[in-house]
Amino acid sequence: MPMAIDKAQVSQPSDREVKVTRSFKAPRALVYKAYTEPALVRKWLLGPPGWTMPVCEMDVRVGGSYRWRWRSDKDGKEFGFAGTFREVQPPSKLVHTETYDPGTVSYAYPGEPALVTVTFDEADGVTTLTSLIDFGSKQACDAAVKTGMTDGMEMSYQLLDRLLADKAV
Amino acid sequence: MAIDQPASDALDATFLALADPTRRAILARLARGEASVTELGAPFAMSQPAISKHLKVLERANLISVGQDAQRRPRRIEARLLAEASAWLERYRDMWEASFERLDTLLQELQRSARNSRRPSKHRKLTKRNRTP
Repeated sequence: MPMAIDKAQVSQPSDREVKVTRSFKAPRALVYKAYTEPALVRKWLLGPPGWTMPVCEMDVRVGGSYRWRWRSDKDGKEFGFAGTFREVQPPSKLVHTETYDPGTVSYAYPGEPALVTVTFDEADGVTTLTSLIDFGSKQACDAAVKTGMTDGMEMSYQLLDRLLADKAV
Repeated sequence: MAIDQPASDALDATFLALADPTRRAILARLARGEASVTELGAPFAMSQPAISKHLKVLERANLISVGQDAQRRPRRIEARLLAEASAWLERYRDMWEASFERLDTLLQELQRSARNSRRPSKHRKLTKRNRTP
């Protein structure tokens, strides 16, 4: 029996991929439903506190597209993701593209599409969700994970930290 | 932490370089791989000389360097300035965990209300009996 993973685990199967795994005490069909019905998705797919999801459109079928947009409570800034479904096998598997939408963070560059494979595996009433994100290249993976979705501000702080550490006597 | 004068000047150059959203966006793009001046200027409604000015500021601060290809002259970010991978993966994980905790709560709520709606009709009978005539 697979061990329940009650906190998200993240690993890098290759230098261009990230794998996220997490278990839930719920039947697979219900987890799949919460992952694919917009009214449910916008209740949880919100990242850290301080964000709402003003846009959550999902046409979950092969060739169907989706669009996600988040809005900051603090300054009203918006960004999102969009893409198309390549495989849809309820309740066990979804494959979709994912392109970063810079939204009102207007000076950011749009990203290259990543390919996301989501699988739902159930055993003894526990469903393990595995999301494998293939960014297509090491550079794109590094940018998405290391710089917080191509946020120029975040990266600048890190650069400053390093410089201050280098220059200290 | 004591900083000598040349180092202090270098920090000033860095602060100046980073104090502009266009230059920050250029750095974020170069973190994904080297690019030519034309590629870097593409998303902005800005003239070529204006973009080149930004690039000079970044070069002077040693945040980017110019590649060998004499014609294309690609810019690349100074690799030593990128953060360690493990710290970033931790933050990435924390961001996902924040969403998954909410999903956890939602799943428990959905299962609870499904169980409640399946409760036998004993409750309804009691209500009927207590209803005022």
